Amino acid sequence: MLIRRTPKIHASEVTDERTYLDRREFMAASGLIAGTALGGARDGGGLLGSIGRLLGNEDDELTPYEDVTTYNNFYEFGTGKDDPAKQAGDFRARPWTVTVEGEVNRPGEYHLDDLLKSADQEERIYRLRCVEGWSMVIPWMGVSLSTLIDRFEPTSRAKYVEFVTLYDPQQMPGQRRRVLDWPYVEGLRLDEAMHPLTLMAFGLYGKPLPNQNGAPLRLVVPWKYGFKSIKSIVTMRFRETQPRNSWQVAIPNEYGFYANVNPHVDHPRWSQATERRIGEYFKQDTLIFNGYGDEVAHLYSGMDLRRNY
Amino acid sequence: MPRSFFIRTGKVLVSFAALTPAAVLAWRAFHGTLRPDPVERLTHVTGLTGLIILLVTLSLTPLRRFTGWNDLFRFRRMLGLWAFAYVVLHFLIYLVFEHFFSLSMIAEDILERPYVTVGFLAFLLLIPLALTSTRGWIRRLGGKRWARLHQLIYVAAALAVLHFLWLVKLDTREPVIYGVVLVALLGARLGKGKRVK
Repeated sequence: MLIRRTPKIHASEVTDERTYLDRREFMAASGLIAGTALGGARDGGGLLGSIGRLLGNEDDELTPYEDVTTYNNFYEFGTGKDDPAKQAGDFRARPWTVTVEGEVNRPGEYHLDDLLKSADQEERIYRLRCVEGWSMVIPWMGVSLSTLIDRFEPTSRAKYVEFVTLYDPQQMPGQRRRVLDWPYVEGLRLDEAMHPLTLMAFGLYGKPLPNQNGAPLRLVVPWKYGFKSIKSIVTMRFRETQPRNSWQVAIPNEYGFYANVNPHVDHPRWSQATERRIGEYFKQDTLIFNGYGDEVAHLYSGMDLRRNY
Repeated sequence: MPRSFFIRTGKVLVSFAALTPAAVLAWRAFHGTLRPDPVERLTHVTGLTGLIILLVTLSLTPLRRFTGWNDLFRFRRMLGLWAFAYVVLHFLIYLVFEHFFSLSMIAEDILERPYVTVGFLAFLLLIPLALTSTRGWIRRLGGKRWARLHQLIYVAAALAVLHFLWLVKLDTREPVIYGVVLVALLGARLGKGKRVK
């Protein structure tokens, strides 16, 4: 994991991607960032390049911006991977308010700009592992969810946080069909939500989140399958009981509440032992907790991960 | 112009059309433009093309009946073999990129995952059909027995649709459409049976 503090940014002053990559190359070259593959994003290369990388090369090169923003599971904008990039163009991510309710001392409607002022945004480069067996490496911009939660002052009865995505079939054409029970709902145990790795992201690649990636704010929980990282959040509800997340409601024997990345617990319809980095031809081994076990395994000590999938 | 000329030209055109998806995939794979998930594209396009050509093959009998154009039958074997070629390609991509020749992983897949089981079964069923597609085999088996054997193509197509249906997560529109087409084609053929009686 890499956490680097960067000054607070406003949408008007974000660096464009080219300059951004140049800066990364400069920093890598000048030794400011050691030991990680930050020379820039993985370029095309095709089949031959992929064969060349087959021999033991499992570094975490960044997934190119174009792939991160054109290959999305965001059923609110359609079930095809390319649907969100095509259909989310007119989505209005501002103005935006998040309703905070339930077991907190400071409930209310929080404006996006207000939330952005909570803390300086950091860049965090995380692996994202989808339950479907593919993965990416993405440089997010955001704040630890815990800094937001501290502001809301959860009561002693708050054991879980439930997150809800906007429901607006006018703007989100995918919601006109009931493939899922809209609105999309996700949840975390409070200790998971408070974990320093759990990120509330407002941007990626140094820019505000593109609509298809969950603008204007989304969760990123890097040790869990991607569907836990709920997008375009309008409600955070603190509760005493475990919420039922949308995929668990849809297909309970395939998707659970925890959804921790685990190569030893297969999805009923496919193995989770390996994964394919987007852009690559050959697969690589999936790591327990997506490689973040040192940081998060203690959250689940004593739990049967096979039953709590 | 002689009839055989039209049939020969038709076969060349059909072959070009059938080859196009594979050629485009190969071109894009080697130029690195098969993004973002190249293997997903290769798998999906070869599987879908195989299924579509299979359904086109099955449509020739009812089409001939409706149009009275008997020469349509001349394209049956060729289309069937093209469908088989795409299914083989689909399987090879799975073998190499999904499991990298690990027979134990493939065995686990086939035994434990119903969508793989039915897909693999469809592939197996098509093998004897491809092998016995020659004139020599038709003679050896005798027309009636040969025709009965080749009715397996319906079973294979049904399994292929099931394979598609069981692998999608929630949005079943596309596989359902292919299922409806298959049932319609089967219905058209059964309808004919009744009329003969």
